[in-house]
Amino acid sequence: MFDVDLAEIRFGFGRAPGLPAPQSVQAMLDPLPQPDVMSAAYPIEPFDVFRQRMVDLQAQLKIRRQNRGTAKAEAARKARNLINKDAREAAAGWMAQSLLRAAHTPTGFRERLVWFWADHFSAQGKRGVARRAAAPYVDDAIRPHIAGRFSDLLQAAVMHPLMILYLDQDRSMGPASKRAINSGGKFGLNENLAREVLELHSLGVNGPYDQNDVRQLAELFAGMTVEASSGLKYRKDWAEPGAETVLGATYSADPGLAPIRKVLDDLAHHPATAQHIARKLAVHFVSDQPDPALVAHIAARFLATDGDLTQIYAALLEHNSAWAHELSNIKPPADFMASAMRALAVDAQRIQSADEKQLRRGFAGPLNQLGQRWLSPPGPDGWDEADSHWITPQGLAERVNWAMAIPQYMRPDLPDPRAFVDTALGRFASERTRFAAAAAERRAEAIGLVLMSPAFQRR
Amino acid sequence: MTLSRRDFLLRSGFIGCSLAASPLLTPVSLASAPWENRLVVIILRGGMDGLDVVQPYGDPHFEGLRQKLRGGPERGALDLDGFFALHPALAPLMPMWRQGQLGFAHAVSTPYRDKRSHFDGQDLLEAGTGQLSGGVRDGWLNRMLHNVPGASTETAYAIGAGELQVLSGASPVANWTPQTDLPLSPQAERLIDLIMEDDPALHAAMSEARLLASENTREQDQKKPGHVAVAEFAAKKLSQEARIAAFSINGWDTHRGQSRSMSKALTQLAETLLTLQGKMRGGTWSKTAVVAMTEFGRTARENGTGGTDHGTGGLMVLAGGAIAGGRVLGKWPGLARADLYDGRDLMPTRDVRAHAGWLMRGLFGLERSGLETRVFPGLSLGEDPGLLL
Repeated sequence: MFDVDLAEIRFGFGRAPGLPAPQSVQAMLDPLPQPDVMSAAYPIEPFDVFRQRMVDLQAQLKIRRQNRGTAKAEAARKARNLINKDAREAAAGWMAQSLLRAAHTPTGFRERLVWFWADHFSAQGKRGVARRAAAPYVDDAIRPHIAGRFSDLLQAAVMHPLMILYLDQDRSMGPASKRAINSGGKFGLNENLAREVLELHSLGVNGPYDQNDVRQLAELFAGMTVEASSGLKYRKDWAEPGAETVLGATYSADPGLAPIRKVLDDLAHHPATAQHIARKLAVHFVSDQPDPALVAHIAARFLATDGDLTQIYAALLEHNSAWAHELSNIKPPADFMASAMRALAVDAQRIQSADEKQLRRGFAGPLNQLGQRWLSPPGPDGWDEADSHWITPQGLAERVNWAMAIPQYMRPDLPDPRAFVDTALGRFASERTRFAAAAAERRAEAIGLVLMSPAFQRR
Repeated sequence: MTLSRRDFLLRSGFIGCSLAASPLLTPVSLASAPWENRLVVIILRGGMDGLDVVQPYGDPHFEGLRQKLRGGPERGALDLDGFFALHPALAPLMPMWRQGQLGFAHAVSTPYRDKRSHFDGQDLLEAGTGQLSGGVRDGWLNRMLHNVPGASTETAYAIGAGELQVLSGASPVANWTPQTDLPLSPQAERLIDLIMEDDPALHAAMSEARLLASENTREQDQKKPGHVAVAEFAAKKLSQEARIAAFSINGWDTHRGQSRSMSKALTQLAETLLTLQGKMRGGTWSKTAVVAMTEFGRTARENGTGGTDHGTGGLMVLAGGAIAGGRVLGKWPGLARADLYDGRDLMPTRDVRAHAGWLMRGLFGLERSGLETRVFPGLSLGEDPGLLL
């Protein structure tokens, strides 16, 4: 059952000196619907503000296109480079803010949930300045919805401009739409978003859908696109005429966003979705091979509460299997770094005053080396959950390099390693780690050893 | 924070200057075995559009299926045999083709059908089984090593950032990256060994990291693109004891603007093959077969956004001094609508595993029965396609 240390380690970003740990399951759940203190304290640019960068970039590209070979085009090229550079530097800061939220939050479970859902609904820009939009997307589409209904979260993520861009929905037109026909077959359908919504976001790959459902859903989505100046946009002349049938249900022939919301709402309530989400939560928070009873318990609550996420988390946290004493899952690289920052109680201002280059050397670069480029998983399925994916010789070597080199920059007054064993590991500290922390030649090495101990690597 | 680059290089060898390393960098695994021949397996992740790489411009239906991706010799593709033409981004490989060291097998696939998921498709491709078996992460290359009498894997490396399922399993094959280094003081080495003793998985990986770091000092040149560094590392190891290498090249999921993204991915593939050919020493290239395979092909018809969606039948790329190249193999199914799988995809006419199986039979002298029962359980290898010289 509930355990204070596990609440922090397994369901948060680890133990933190000076921050109170939740004392019950209820205390883990209660803050979720409360005002989001951490996003206010560590702000990230809102997506609507970010969108202006996309507008500015498009304007420069247009100038360049229309004035090829002139000084005007050259000036536009320089302006474009500046826009890209500015966004790149800003994005480094947003990465730091995200890590600091995890490091300093009194409600670690909320941040873990944000990271979980950001991964479930992975989206990233593929070209231009949109490549830096992932953090604003997470704050816009994911963060406000993690304690509400799954249906709202699904709609917010799938219909978000960045997701639409990422999965090529923005140019998809019904094959019999006015626009496609007028183009003489030049434009038409793209199945990418529709397939991933069924396979990844809702039903799961073993769900009861086939290629025809993918096609019908893509036709229903046709017309949903993005305009940099205004965000989500629906174009009626891109819509496929007629009704569409997805999983046996027929959706209105009246084009617009309403039938799209309807199909997403239906998918959000499907038993296969409940099963898929329940299993993902159990795998992510508890174990690569979760107790089937735990998965069934969460899935049942999902269906019984119409996908009320707070109730779903309650089902996870009230189950005995969630509190198995032995630490299980390996922390992925970014979680490892965030929890190290938390255990070290790094000074937020120190991190916030670092420039982009320093942040790259300290965090973004090591994350690339560790195979977890920040908010940029290799595909829309997000990061691998399997421990075996992360426990590799090269992965551990990179962790050691980071653990021994970087903490002293984040915190020049490194704590006494002997005390740090308890701060970081609590009752999971082993005698061997205690010995190693005292026997290391240098303080930085000793801190690195504690961070590399199995009790810190797992949760 | 005040972090100077020099500080980083001084402290613990932290790799401050390699941070621009490709995020697409993927694992390379190598294993040594008691043969002279070499096998390199490249997994092309994302679903390569075989119809764009080796374009069947001689098929009367091809032109009608593709607009922006029409291809053919009139649009810069390189004629191979009067029926197929090679995508222009692979032009650097034409000398290899003419030397008979480059070949293709068209209209191949795994047994994976219908759901067209990258992730399940890749799992099946690497598992080499007839269907997905939940949770078993054991690859066919590893089973090959494991099931052959006398095959002793002594050393294994992974280059990159994760595991490579095709070579993972019971036989000792590990992972390494050419960019990684582990400079620890002797005292720290002993202590890290100590703290991990209680955790067998972490302990094993850490011990291997120490061993591999001592054998593979990091290459000085960090400027090279990730895929070239990976190919160079593989070439170096294959010139020595390693006999099998596997890694992946990403970037094939071309839903949109395919002409651009395809060129980029193919350039990586070409550079990888040329690096292997150029950097393998002591005549080892002549004993090498490289096979590049993907989880599925893409729709025969171009989609509405200048790309292609997930399909079925695809293309296998073969290279190396040991292969009988200069040919496009395979029974061509045709592109008329009735000839397409599900009315939309290139119809597979051969299982990729059969080709891989015949390669292993030819290179390593493996028995057909072992290949059909243990390496690819349930597969019938069928007729010998004659992939090797």
